[in-house]
Amino acid sequence: MIENIHFIAVALLIALGIYTLIFKRNLIKIAMGISILASGINLFLISLGYRAQGIAPIFTNAAIAASEVQAKMVLPAPQALTLTSIVISLAVTALMLSFAIIIYQKTGSLDATKSRRLKG
Amino acid sequence: MITILQQHSAALLVALPLLFAFLTPLTAKLNAKLSKLVIFIGLALITLTAAIVSFDVFSTGTKLYVMGAELPSVAKPASLTIPVRIIFEIDAFSAFMILIAALIAVVACVYSLRFIKESTSKYYSVFFLMLAGMFGLLSTGDLFNLFVFIEVLSLASAGLIAFRHNEVESVEAAYKYLIISSLASLMILFAIGILYGQYGLLNIAALAKALRFSFVDVVALALLVSALAMKAGSVPMHFWVPDAYSRAPAAITALLVVASQACLYALFRISFTLFGAFPLIQLIAWAIIILGLLSMFVGVTMALPQKDIKRLMAYHAISQTGYMLLGVGLGLLANNSAMAPFGLKAMEGGIFHIMNHAMYKSLLFLTAGAIIYATGKRNLDELSGLAKKMPFTTIFFIIGAAAIAGLPPTNGFASKLLIYESAYMFNPLFSIIAMIVSVLTLVSFVKVFCAAFLGPELKELADVKEVPKSMLLAMLLLAFFVLLFGLFPSFVVKTIVEPAANALLNQAAYIGAVL
Repeated sequence: MIENIHFIAVALLIALGIYTLIFKRNLIKIAMGISILASGINLFLISLGYRAQGIAPIFTNAAIAASEVQAKMVLPAPQALTLTSIVISLAVTALMLSFAIIIYQKTGSLDATKSRRLKG
Repeated sequence: MITILQQHSAALLVALPLLFAFLTPLTAKLNAKLSKLVIFIGLALITLTAAIVSFDVFSTGTKLYVMGAELPSVAKPASLTIPVRIIFEIDAFSAFMILIAALIAVVACVYSLRFIKESTSKYYSVFFLMLAGMFGLLSTGDLFNLFVFIEVLSLASAGLIAFRHNEVESVEAAYKYLIISSLASLMILFAIGILYGQYGLLNIAALAKALRFSFVDVVALALLVSALAMKAGSVPMHFWVPDAYSRAPAAITALLVVASQACLYALFRISFTLFGAFPLIQLIAWAIIILGLLSMFVGVTMALPQKDIKRLMAYHAISQTGYMLLGVGLGLLANNSAMAPFGLKAMEGGIFHIMNHAMYKSLLFLTAGAIIYATGKRNLDELSGLAKKMPFTTIFFIIGAAAIAGLPPTNGFASKLLIYESAYMFNPLFSIIAMIVSVLTLVSFVKVFCAAFLGPELKELADVKEVPKSMLLAMLLLAFFVLLFGLFPSFVVKTIVEPAANALLNQAAYIGAVL
């Protein structure tokens, strides 16, 4: 149970994100929903790469014998994926918030139900 | 110079648009004329690279490019069993899509010359960024890169949809688009995480070989298919399409059509190449076929009552996406069965329709853009008698409308005929639905033609003039291809469509190129 706690957190974050997307009508809250969803998925990726007692994959002056490399060293790919995904979700959030600012300036409202002029 | 360009063309296809996306605003700070020149050089170089890549692939077969390797064409060092570097893998289907993207990019750029009057450097900068995302998505052989390029593509698209940010509708459309596309790409990322967690692989070819089709793999497949269908604008999640297409500047709408098709490409790549050996692939095929039929029908029925000219066309874009899904879905259904020859025909129809749709739909959106540019109005009730004022636009509109309704001698007829013929062999109902949708499409475009181009000349529209020559040139180029491909369909099908369909069906070749 306790060693799987990060996967439970992933499920909670994703559920929270989707709940926010579906039920909240405030444009900033929707942006927050996307952001929470992205954090959940980032946590999922980083949890996949976790290895108990693993060491960083740096071969120069490594503290372990060459035979142990396979067993002990952590694969760096999930961390790299997560970093990329964090950068991307930052860009998405920034763009969404700037759209929200423009919509607020023009209409004086952040309510998605009110500002839906595009219908049908 | 040419040999370097040829050797590294796959990497340059992404690197050049990124470079020019950076250079365009930089040079605009120094000198406006210089910036125009840079844009032209950039577009010319990108088109040249795209042409070289596609020519290479069609003449010599699948092209590999391994980032950071001593020899870019060697997938992995002999000591390793799996590829570890980032690999671009361009087969005939990718090359086919790259050709379409390059053509529409040129047309959109020529059209934008006079169409976009303010903040041009920002516009072209994001335009190049969009091209980078599109070409990357079409050429990558790596699942994670697929995610990254989809995100680059959707961020750039959202920026361009909101380009007219003094109209609040554009910003709202962009916001809507961004929610849908970031939700879709997060679903894709989650699916990638699931696959990576089990196999430790990201390369599509290596993963396709290693897949064991466990329960979670099926979850990943479902996530990928639904996310990509969402991004391609298929029916249950189509509501972003009319907003985004109708509010973006017309030249960008043309590119957005290709961007949706790039996501369609990713959908087909996943279902044919990654999950091609999945024993229950028939289920996915049926899902794609049903999505296709629904998109066709719902798209066209929603289009009929529309008053806004670009919104109407956007609904038709959804409906035409249905034809591609139907054609390629039938191909997937029949793969490795007794119906395979008909499946191949259906796929050729679907893939040919991708190209034809990109051309005539872009042409129609450009004519709609021309009407809005000339009159400042987009409501069909306020337009009338434009045929005399804008004769060239009228002719281009007729060509585009004939093509979308599938009338001979246009390219729309050629690809729809292939789909009708082969779909009939599976179930006559498919063909009947497809034909009814075509008839409804024709009805809808006759309505637009009568409302906007015929009828009495209105007083408010008395001083409307034909649009500038560069815009007409862009439309002429597309109209030329629409008629050319309609007159010589068998040549086009033989040279580029058939290799593309075969590349998609031949999963072993895609895997073999890497491993």
